Amino acid sequence: MFENLSLLALQEYWWIIVALLGGLFVFMMFVQGGQTLVYTLGKTEVERDVLINSLGRKWELTFTTLVLFGGALFAAFPLFYAVSFGGAYFVWMGILFSFIVQAVSYEYRKKPSNVFGTKTYETFLYLNGAVGVLLVGTAVGTFFTGGNFVVNEMNLSQWTTPWYGLEAVLNPFNVIFAFMLFFLSRMQGALYFINNINEDMIVKRAKGSLKVHTLLFLVAFVYVTLFLLTTDGFALNSATKIISIEPHKYLHNLLAMPLVSGMILLGAVLLLFGVFIALFKESKKGIWFSGLGTVLVGMGLFLLVGLGDTAYYPSLHDLQSSLTIANSSSSRFTLLTMSYVSLMVPFVLAYIVWAWRALDKEKITIAEVQSDPHHY
Amino acid sequence: MEHVSELVDWSRAQFALTALYHWIFVPLTLGLSFIIAIMETVYVKTNDEWWKKTTQFWMTLFAINFALGLATGIIMEFEFGTNWSNYSWIVGDIFGAPLAIEGIMAFFMESTFFAIMFFGWNKVSKKTHLLSTWLVAIGSNLSALWILIANGWMQHPVGMTFNPDSARNEMVDFWAVVLNPNAYSKFLHTISSGYVLASLFVIAVSSWYLLRGREIKFAKRSIIVAASFGMITSLYMLASGDESAHQVALNQPMKLAAMEGIYRGEERQGLVAAGILNPAKTIGDDKLDTFLVKVEIPYVLSVLGYHSLDAFVPGVNDLVYGNAEHKIMSVSEKMVVGKEAVSALGEYKVAQKANDEIAKQEALKHFETSEKYLGYGYLKDPKEAVPDMPLVFYSFHTMVGLGSFFIFMFFMILYNSMTGDILKQKWLLLLGVLGLPLGYVAQEAGWIVAEAGRQPWAIQDMLPVHMATSNIAAGNVMITFWMFAVIFTALLIAEVSIMTKQIKIGPEGH
Repeated sequence: MFENLSLLALQEYWWIIVALLGGLFVFMMFVQGGQTLVYTLGKTEVERDVLINSLGRKWELTFTTLVLFGGALFAAFPLFYAVSFGGAYFVWMGILFSFIVQAVSYEYRKKPSNVFGTKTYETFLYLNGAVGVLLVGTAVGTFFTGGNFVVNEMNLSQWTTPWYGLEAVLNPFNVIFAFMLFFLSRMQGALYFINNINEDMIVKRAKGSLKVHTLLFLVAFVYVTLFLLTTDGFALNSATKIISIEPHKYLHNLLAMPLVSGMILLGAVLLLFGVFIALFKESKKGIWFSGLGTVLVGMGLFLLVGLGDTAYYPSLHDLQSSLTIANSSSSRFTLLTMSYVSLMVPFVLAYIVWAWRALDKEKITIAEVQSDPHHY
Repeated sequence: MEHVSELVDWSRAQFALTALYHWIFVPLTLGLSFIIAIMETVYVKTNDEWWKKTTQFWMTLFAINFALGLATGIIMEFEFGTNWSNYSWIVGDIFGAPLAIEGIMAFFMESTFFAIMFFGWNKVSKKTHLLSTWLVAIGSNLSALWILIANGWMQHPVGMTFNPDSARNEMVDFWAVVLNPNAYSKFLHTISSGYVLASLFVIAVSSWYLLRGREIKFAKRSIIVAASFGMITSLYMLASGDESAHQVALNQPMKLAAMEGIYRGEERQGLVAAGILNPAKTIGDDKLDTFLVKVEIPYVLSVLGYHSLDAFVPGVNDLVYGNAEHKIMSVSEKMVVGKEAVSALGEYKVAQKANDEIAKQEALKHFETSEKYLGYGYLKDPKEAVPDMPLVFYSFHTMVGLGSFFIFMFFMILYNSMTGDILKQKWLLLLGVLGLPLGYVAQEAGWIVAEAGRQPWAIQDMLPVHMATSNIAAGNVMITFWMFAVIFTALLIAEVSIMTKQIKIGPEGH
């Protein structure tokens, strides 16, 4: 079924999958957002237990989505894997460290003799939610603003600043983009708690937090939108393979790809609709609309920067080193093989949905957490 | 050059550190998940609440261990990009695929059903819960399969061709990569060793209870389950180890020579069961004895390695300096051809840039005749092709020695449990406790054999490690190395402390 696709079509197909995984990951970062809200929404030890246990049944899915996102990039766009991970070294290392400490924190937080004490593991969760998300945001921001690297004729790459990626925080767009993601993750976290927990005080506080973070998110989102509509982009001339700066490139992409612009628009509407029904209609289903909206917006942004002959990872040091889906992908054979593997995705999604529903049949309460033989 | 070697050392040190830490947690996950699934199956069949409690106790220990397996595992995947970015490009077209398949096929299965296994007791039916537990076990073993397909490919690269345009190896035969015999012997040997370690774990915990005179029923039952499981799987481990060594003999003769401490090859080569290497012995020197002391079993290595009594097992000197009689090319000769390939590739790139089609074709022809030894073209000295002999030799013998000891121990425990009262055999119970740290030593030694024995190659004969690193300043890798060392050690301390506490609390207090 994939044999007839051209190399470019396969590259596009894989970019769409990467974008989908990226969008799903952004949604799943409700776990990280939630982790930063534990002390805001949980005023007592028992309430914090409920919040952490509520996230504790989902965190591994987010973790695994990140791993798969990395794996898909490695298999489909190995040059990105090499250039960005090996170059923006400290940004990715920072992200990884924040996920190392997350991985043990749920399990170890309340266990007796855990050496470092409950507070330390809660701090780890906060760090993962704050530093981790901000660094992910910064890294994704550089898809639009570029990185400092060169790729030689053997396709081997080198970063050109001694800060190995950390310099990205000097670019205001990257920072605001990162905070946009951070606020979004907190919105999603609050919406998730509203859906998942049946404790009035927590839900009330979650709504308060949702209000604040929606406003903060909107400010950042409007800035990011205006920036993308007006800024120069990095365009590939597919005939000459030359990359050049094109004024209003992303605006042109939005106009040229109505499906992508429609996706982002619909996503934004759903995102806000979810918030609206949670705040004003007493609905617990806000997370589903907001979540779908987040996936669509996230996916749309990845499509915007990768499709339409655009360099999705521009080099600030040497324009011609910039990465496009055409020059950074695996061979046709590997993309084709992996396309068959990708047919497993719907199956995986189906059993995740099943497990999620099974675990969420009964909403979480203080009593439920305390009676669970394996509570965190 | 100094700079490069420092970078390689730190990059290798960091990868080794993460891999060795990761490997503290994975084998227990691989095996304990099946032991738990078996116990839960007994519970579902008999409806005996005692078995449920027992299952839940081992599950608690499983989860404590699993968390650090995840924490160290995520690093391993990304480290290929962060620290081996040249590698990621040069072989990513092949190597990335099994990693992505592992994510999609195994990790989600593990993490999704892990949640059901731990939080689903009162939410799904008994049978669905049991199925979830089995799926966690299958998922973690599937994950081992795919990562070992990737690792097996590094040891014995197949199914690819070098594309001079993209300057990388590209996959041409997916099934050759997936069905690589090296990967399967590795996979079977690795998972069976995981099952053995899990058996040692259950035996150690149970023996400790019995020595303390507590949890008698629990410990006696657990010890029988574990010793039976251990007995069967350790025999399997032995068989798969033999197949693994055969694969090494076929594809990585240098590694085999290092494992056995052979300098000069022989037909009807004996197997050194134990020995102390002569530290004064150097490559190329034919006078000094290789061993200060050794216990050798005649003929056995020829039979095990090549399945023939008369087979010639080459030594390090044959492989480095060549052996005309046995048609072994020397490393120097391979380096000469390899350097031709490197320069032809350079010429090809120049011609490509200049758009000179004739020069390009010429360079390509030149490259095609020499590309087989491209990897050797990057070596500076033929002796570089030899791994660290003492490290590989002692690790190998530690692994094999301990592996054989475990078979004996499983047998003794099983025999004493069946025929008499194991409670009276204090020495055996002490041995049971001691078996666990030894199990970890054997596990780590196994990885050192596999990975240090592959040196200097990242991909056997194709890509030396010094060509595979990222192009970053060594100091940065040093910083992250220490960060990893500190955080992993701290978390390991916490893990051991929590685990010990939970064992002290015991299944009844759980």
